[in-house]
Amino acid sequence: MNLAHPFVRAAGLALVCFVLLIVLALVYPGTWLLDTLTGLFASGLLVMSLHLLVGYTGLVSFGHAAYFASGGYIFGMFLQTPDIVAAFGAWSVPVATLLALLGTGLFALVVGLICARLSEIYFAFLTLAFQMLLVSVIQGLVQYTGGDQGLMGGIPRPEFLGLDMVQVKDRFVFSAFLFLAGVLVIRLVTLSSLGATLRMVRDNEVRTAFLGVNTYRVKVLAFTIAGAVAGLGGVILAILTSAAYPEWAGWAVSGEAIFTIMLGGLHSFYGPLVGVVVMRFINDVTLIYTTHTDLAKGVAILFVVLVLRRGILDWIIDLRAARRGRKEDDNVSRALSKAGKEAEDAAS
Amino acid sequence: MLNIDALMNCFGNSACLVTQSATGLIIGMLLFLVASGVTLIFGVLHVVNFAHGAFYMIGAYAAYSAYGVTGNYYLSVLAGAVAAAIVGVLFERLAISRVYKENLLMQLLVCYAFVLICDDAVKIIWGAEYLAMGIPSEFRVPPLRIAGGVVPPFYLFLAGSALAVAILSVILIRYSRFGKIVRAAAENATMVSVLGIRVPLYFAALFGLGCALAGMAGALAAPVRSLTPGMGLSILIESFIVTVIGGMGSIPGALLAAILLGFTRSFGSVGFPLFVDGAMFLMMVVILVFRPQGLLGERMVR
Repeated sequence: MNLAHPFVRAAGLALVCFVLLIVLALVYPGTWLLDTLTGLFASGLLVMSLHLLVGYTGLVSFGHAAYFASGGYIFGMFLQTPDIVAAFGAWSVPVATLLALLGTGLFALVVGLICARLSEIYFAFLTLAFQMLLVSVIQGLVQYTGGDQGLMGGIPRPEFLGLDMVQVKDRFVFSAFLFLAGVLVIRLVTLSSLGATLRMVRDNEVRTAFLGVNTYRVKVLAFTIAGAVAGLGGVILAILTSAAYPEWAGWAVSGEAIFTIMLGGLHSFYGPLVGVVVMRFINDVTLIYTTHTDLAKGVAILFVVLVLRRGILDWIIDLRAARRGRKEDDNVSRALSKAGKEAEDAAS
Repeated sequence: MLNIDALMNCFGNSACLVTQSATGLIIGMLLFLVASGVTLIFGVLHVVNFAHGAFYMIGAYAAYSAYGVTGNYYLSVLAGAVAAAIVGVLFERLAISRVYKENLLMQLLVCYAFVLICDDAVKIIWGAEYLAMGIPSEFRVPPLRIAGGVVPPFYLFLAGSALAVAILSVILIRYSRFGKIVRAAAENATMVSVLGIRVPLYFAALFGLGCALAGMAGALAAPVRSLTPGMGLSILIESFIVTVIGGMGSIPGALLAAILLGFTRSFGSVGFPLFVDGAMFLMMVVILVFRPQGLLGERMVR
């Protein structure tokens, strides 16, 4: 095994993070941080998977929350059926998670096959329409989904592998596993040749097609992977809240996901995660003083857009690059003046 | 989920038909007024004004307060339009004009921030509770009875003035000197400014005009809808559906789509109350898949 291979390094990094998070769960005495992080894992997967579309493929999807909610609902509806839980016993939760992943992937595949035929603003509108259609279906099928009220009454989550989802530490560890697995999948995609093709599609779809790439198929593939990973995010939130609500598929969730990416940084892999943390931080800090969190978020976003003019992580990276560039410039000019002085000395 | 009998009964009953058609008509006309503002700004400035719903909300709340002070509804509508226009010009000058040259996402982000700020500002000024304005005193007269159906005169005023103002503003952009200058500036801002015309002033004025249309729609809707800080969102989404179904940049298309949507809403509430929104989005999906340029749009898209 080549240890320097990017795939191996990415997997190793994920493993190290997992171990660190387990250690954190073991030593941290309270519950607040763990539940906060679990919530961040859920929105983290939503924005990271959306970033694969928006940042890497150039597909601005306005309906990504549909797959997030679909994951949560498949997970919840599966476990709320007593016969199924009885049949699968201790394996119910892993099976439900797997089903949520596959089912959401299939859903995203179908929608992707239709949406990927359109481009730009039309693509955005069509994904939005499918998402709102899902909201309507969830609200309409009251006897299966609970309609407006969501999947109430709790989702039974039988113990498996010694993990009990009612325990904060246990569900934190399981959520961390799902989160890291999801991020790793996206990381591997961006590092692979598929990722390179996606970036080509983003930069110039026509030329990519000239090279013999079936761009339609590549876009559908990215859409499916992103949808499935977003579904995992929904599973995490369903585990955390023991419920699922139609608002998860709502317009506001999709919108906020896009803006979180923009806030964190569109051009760096971890930018969206920075965005999630910053959004959450603004939210929680404002809540200490006032309930007007939207006002604070709005002002922060305006500041980032109008003053930094790029996402936070992008700004930091650019700043470091500029500083390094200046240092190099200094070195060059120093060398030049030194050479000039030597030349003068030699002449005299 | 589907109640065909109720729908068929309504179609067979002239009273129900007239009442629902009147409701559909006012919904459609309000949508048309909002959508024409979106189209105006998009058509000239190429900015998708994602914050348009906020101006609708500002118009509604301003009209509510003005009506409380003056007791004159016509003045309140004017106040709603003017308030939205003033905030619109400020928003254009301070925020949006700085990202005209940025990509679509940056513009959306600015609009989103503005919507967040506006919603919270409304909560601070007017409170988070639902407010109801009630039918203004000018229109507290017995409803008209047409073929057994009930049509409040206010509905006719609402639909008529919304249609008239939307069409007037389109004529203004197409034929007036102001409209010609703005469109020329959108084509080539440098050239127009060389002719001694202050381009930013015209852009701000156009943006303000578009917002005034939204504000007026809000003021017109205030007596028949409840006022809440998030009220701009649903009208925004619906007006986008209108622009997509009608065809981007096509005013006749927007009119057709707005009426179509209004009738879907009013008759849908009889036949499939839980799936009204779903039906609208289904229409949008069908249009986007089979005729992406919209019903009356001309631009070819792939």
